[in-house]
Amino acid sequence: MSIIAWTWIIVGITFALYIGIAIWAKAKSTGEFYVAAKQIHPVLNGMATGADWMSAASFISMAGLISFLGRDGAMYLMGWTGGYVLLAMLLAPYLRKYGKYTVPMFVGERYYSQAARVVAVICAIFVSFTYVAGQMRGVGVVFSRFLEVPINTGVMIGMGIVFIYAVLGGMKGITYTQVAQYCVLITAYLIPAIFISIMLTGNPIPQFGYGSQLSENGMQILGTSGGYLLDKLNQIQMELGFSAYTSGGSKSTIDVFMITFALMVGTAGLPHIIIRFFTTPTIRGARASAGWALLFIAILYTAAPAVASFARLNMIQTLNNKSYTEAPSWFKNWEKTGLVAWKDKNGDGKIQYAKGNAFKGKLAFDTNAVGPYGERVVSTPLDETSTTELYIDRDIIVLANPEIAKLPAWVIALVAAGGLAAALSTAAGLLLVIASAFSHDLIKNVISPGISEKGELIAARIAAGGAVMVAGYFGIHPPGFVAQVVAFAFGLAASSFFPVIIMGVFWKRATKEGAILGMLSGIIFTAAYIIYFKFVSPDMNKAENWLWGISPEGIGTIGMMINFVVTYVVSKLTKEPPKEVQDMVASLRYPRTM
Amino acid sequence: MAEQDKFEAYWRQNLTYIIILLSIWFVVSYLCGIIFADSLDTIRLFGFPLGFWFANQGSEVIFVVLIAVYVRLMNALDTKYDVHER
Repeated sequence: MSIIAWTWIIVGITFALYIGIAIWAKAKSTGEFYVAAKQIHPVLNGMATGADWMSAASFISMAGLISFLGRDGAMYLMGWTGGYVLLAMLLAPYLRKYGKYTVPMFVGERYYSQAARVVAVICAIFVSFTYVAGQMRGVGVVFSRFLEVPINTGVMIGMGIVFIYAVLGGMKGITYTQVAQYCVLITAYLIPAIFISIMLTGNPIPQFGYGSQLSENGMQILGTSGGYLLDKLNQIQMELGFSAYTSGGSKSTIDVFMITFALMVGTAGLPHIIIRFFTTPTIRGARASAGWALLFIAILYTAAPAVASFARLNMIQTLNNKSYTEAPSWFKNWEKTGLVAWKDKNGDGKIQYAKGNAFKGKLAFDTNAVGPYGERVVSTPLDETSTTELYIDRDIIVLANPEIAKLPAWVIALVAAGGLAAALSTAAGLLLVIASAFSHDLIKNVISPGISEKGELIAARIAAGGAVMVAGYFGIHPPGFVAQVVAFAFGLAASSFFPVIIMGVFWKRATKEGAILGMLSGIIFTAAYIIYFKFVSPDMNKAENWLWGISPEGIGTIGMMINFVVTYVVSKLTKEPPKEVQDMVASLRYPRTM
Repeated sequence: MAEQDKFEAYWRQNLTYIIILLSIWFVVSYLCGIIFADSLDTIRLFGFPLGFWFANQGSEVIFVVLIAVYVRLMNALDTKYDVHER
């Protein structure tokens, strides 16, 4: 059976499963719609959180990023897992004790202020929309590459699926679909990794495999002598002019430090993650759930660097200095999608790979033109400063990995289903945050407080439906800055929610003036820094112009510190919070209701 | 007032746990995985340079262990101070 037929079958089965779950888990009350009636077992909530958290970027792009960054890529691995330690100890149990439905609601009540709540609503909606646009795009991209339908059709199909289970089931439907999606995506990620690990090292556990010695079979496939896989990779990288794979490369230590920190506190401040801990039956369960979530996430995150190094080694050895006409079939397949390209700079008919860029700027092709060896012709100007002739998109590492390793068609189909599961599960979690911010924080709280339970549930469904439409629109017409705004989402979450919630729980004296000014100064500083370097003068976006050498990706850490300091100083100078607020803070600290 | 003292002792103990565990969290990721990674790389753990291993896998594994330890400690503490959910 062909790859496409397999892909339709596997994707079709998984989609039917998601829809079936949605019908079974229909939400009947607002409590079910917002927090699944707090009836989710901690282990299941851990799986759902894993799927909620691992997005198209984690599944498709992360291993590729690491593959090209070497040890510096670990800032994503640590940054996107370390936040769960903070969640388990500093946030989840206390917010679960609070127990109401949204993060802005907590901020509003703890800081006895509608203004604080409104600032929080705006942050939550902004962060979630920037994030969700990328997910819908991811769905479209997977559809177009594996099923050869136009990207926009893919986005529409994705919208249809999310619409059914988010609108119908709310948090309850989303949770159970996310559990299923976790199972799909982790299987899809591990199977190719296990196959390749066995092929190259004979070790069936990829997490250990990349620290092992190459097997006989591995040496033959790669055409190298034996030894530790990572040593081989270091040696090959250095021969091509790169820095060693296992040592830091292009980024300064302070920048890696700051980016890692911003990603960690950003994770702990993302509303769609925090809200998951509202769904467990107990506070004990909320703590345990953070542990389960991280365990399930770590299974993928410890496999990712293995996938990255296997793919890097495999890719360099099967392409470098091989003549194009004898290049493996995966290279020509993916050339059609524009994710890989080759230009014979030195006219020897062979593919040369080295440090630097083959082309200057965004890749474009001469449609229909064919080069002397049958390759696609790139119209982008050449970058003459480098001898490399190869353009490789980072996403290729995960998407084409099964083909590079010559795995059977059903494995390739499974990867497509896994990518879709990762994108859809994250999109659904984000859409719920947006829907509840509208229906609970704006309609129920500000516009029409007298609304009935039934009315609010209808409003929540309409808001979820509307959010799906807007997300789909952004998926079809991606604003040029989608790739740039990931830094935004984490930076804003780090500099707004994280400090305000921590202070709200751990310091009774934090006042509303402190919190509002703290959030505003944190956000304004972070946003201004990112906007300046990403949009106003992108030419200036270089290490020598950055504040203390901190890139826009890492600046959220400084924004967070500013928020803490401002909240502290202003709170000290203003009147202490009312007694009932201080009593509420005290009650958050003990699991039992006294 | 005895009730109040009990709550405060419980909270202080919780804060102590958090400070100890987050110190470990900081050491494994920021010190072993980033700042001292180059010096640790001279030591090898099977095929992994040690600093590279902390950054790639070690930190993640230790994070999971830290949460598991915290969950156990807090479950015991809740019962000891009789503030656990019933």
